[in-house]
Amino acid sequence: MKIAVLAKQVIDPETPLSAFKIDSDAKRVVTPPNLPPVINGFDEQAVEAALRVKEAQADVFIAVITAGASFAPDVVKKPLAMGADQLVLIEDPAFDANPNPLFAVDVLAAAIRRLGGVELVIAGRQASDWDNAQVPVGVAEALGWPIATVCQRVEARDGKVVVERVTPDGHEVVEAPLPTVVTVSNELGNARYPNMRGIMAAKRVEPTRWSLDDLGVQPREPAFELTDLRLPETAKLTEFIEGEDDADAGRKLAAAMREANLL
Amino acid sequence: MAGVLVLGEALEGAAAASTLEAIAAGRALGGPVAAAIIGDGAKSAAQDAIAHGADSAFVCEGGLGPEAAAAFAEQTAAASAPRVVLGAKALLDGSVMARAAYRLGAGLLQDCASVALDADGRLTATRPVYGGNAMAAFRASGSPAAASLRARAYEALERDDSRAGSIVPIEVDAAAHTRLRVVERVRRPQEGVRLEDARVVVGGGRGLGGPEAFAQLEELARLLRGAVGASRAACDAGWVPPSYQIGLTGRTVAPDLYLAVGISGASQHMAGCSGARDIVAINKDAGANIFKEARFGVVGDWRQVLPAFVDQLHELLSDR
Ligand SMILES: Cc1cc2nc3c(=O)[nH]c(=O)nc-3n(C[C@H](O)[C@H](O)[C@H](O)COP(=O)(O)OP(=O)(O)OC[C@H]3O[C@@H](n4cnc5c(N)ncnc54)[C@H](O)[C@@H]3O)c2cc1C
Ligand SMILES: Nc1ncnc2c1ncn2[C@@H]1O[C@H](COP(=O)(O)O)[C@@H](O)[C@H]1O
Repeated sequence: MKIAVLAKQVIDPETPLSAFKIDSDAKRVVTPPNLPPVINGFDEQAVEAALRVKEAQADVFIAVITAGASFAPDVVKKPLAMGADQLVLIEDPAFDANPNPLFAVDVLAAAIRRLGGVELVIAGRQASDWDNAQVPVGVAEALGWPIATVCQRVEARDGKVVVERVTPDGHEVVEAPLPTVVTVSNELGNARYPNMRGIMAAKRVEPTRWSLDDLGVQPREPAFELTDLRLPETAKLTEFIEGEDDADAGRKLAAAMREANLL
Repeated sequence: MAGVLVLGEALEGAAAASTLEAIAAGRALGGPVAAAIIGDGAKSAAQDAIAHGADSAFVCEGGLGPEAAAAFAEQTAAASAPRVVLGAKALLDGSVMARAAYRLGAGLLQDCASVALDADGRLTATRPVYGGNAMAAFRASGSPAAASLRARAYEALERDDSRAGSIVPIEVDAAAHTRLRVVERVRRPQEGVRLEDARVVVGGGRGLGGPEAFAQLEELARLLRGAVGASRAACDAGWVPPSYQIGLTGRTVAPDLYLAVGISGASQHMAGCSGARDIVAINKDAGANIFKEARFGVVGDWRQVLPAFVDQLHELLSDR
């Protein structure tokens, strides 16, 4: 079985707030200096989900597809180091523009078609740059495949996929015929760390590079123009409650909250 | 004039609160609002939708899944030719807005905090991006344009039962559209108040150091007739179930009081609680981000602060 994992390179979402800067004129986030980008966390978990499928049965091939304006070579290779078999890189300045999920859908769906024989696509629930949470749905629609979103467990067997979808108060077990698309969430559990052998093996794998021409995809205009990008305002001034010791501060906090009608 | 189509759902015969919020957003845009309601008891939910501001409604009866809902959206859009399609981000399984938008060839802005029309009638919207680290504003280049709304971004309009409007049933061939088969639903029984409905929410984070501490938070929540939530770090650690998670990819709460204990206040967490009227934080790090949004704060170890706080509360609230 061939699995395609969709993995995006993003600015580290754990970038300290002090290092998170916006160029308001250019309407873009300034890439923090000295902070390397990362593979979107949910996408690492998508790789993890694919590896678990591979461990559960014979003859699973995992191809990872990454599209973007430019890549940090060591970063985009991480899925290979974790154990994926192939890395497809689609590098094009058209990805540098404003968020354009429909364009990403065009490109990723075309890449999945070109890979050939893909039966299962695993993606992250959302990319932690623009938090769009819509590209995998578009990919499924473009391919005409079903999609199950926000899964914490993915199994593929007997021509179908069985997943556990996270719901607000528990989960549901859902089946879909292959080929299908699923997205995974953090409830899946941590992605494995690459081990030394994986890292060495990844160094030897040459990524497959496809251009938009190879894929027969034209850049498309974004459906929305980004008109403003700014840091959110936080206007609250915290009143710090102090006491003789921590316990005393706790008691005084209760009193202060009562005073202010918060209780 | 082509107006707004609101995709909504019925929950046990009533319109979902998030559907009424989306209708309010649609009304704020002007133009006629058609509500497309799917679910069990969609017909009576459509009455709610109209009483709360919709001008007309399409209904599709039955507890159908997201694929049938997308087909329903397509059919109702064909019938109403909307300029704008709105709905709750969390509609049904959370995938329906994206499915519908793709089928309509509409761009979609997810999780919007506000929507409006510019002078040329184009949809504009603001939404948090980068996990809430930034706010972005967008303007649609074409129509139809779609936007999903974050929970509580809009308040439902006052119910007015004198409002009337047409209610049109739509047949959806659910079998033909459905490939996902739900084999089993596992629901954790919910004790006490639902997080979303709680006036007081007590949130615990990684700083609590383990699951035991949550017993103290539960006690505090009982005392304040509230509910307990958590940061993703506490959920991922397995200290509490995933359903406790508040934040960008968890639940959205907007209580009167959010009491955060051992939570750093990462933007992705604040995305789920910044609608709280007042935030109070206990954290040993004076530089923690949570103090940027808190009204009161104690810099200290929760192990000492919290028990004393709770004792004092018992005393203060003994008249309740
Ligand atoms: C795409 C994405 C989505 C995410 N979605 C969510 C989400 O929905 N919800 C969410 O919560 N997070 C989410 N996160 C994670 C988020 O970025 C933070 O990592 C997380 O919220 C941190 O949880 P925390 O505050 O409990 O832990 P930490 O950041 O580790 O903070 C622990 C705090 O406890 C304090 N502390 C430690 N010991 C004590 C003590 N004894 N007494 C008092 N204080 C103490 C520390 O000073 C610290 O401030 C998401 C992240 C990403 C990338
Ligand atoms: N440029 C991209 N390259 C590879 N995968 C992507 C890309 N954009 C989105 N995805 C996948 O789609 C998921 C959701 O992204 P989004 O809809 O942009 O939030 C991500 O978690 C990835 O799995």
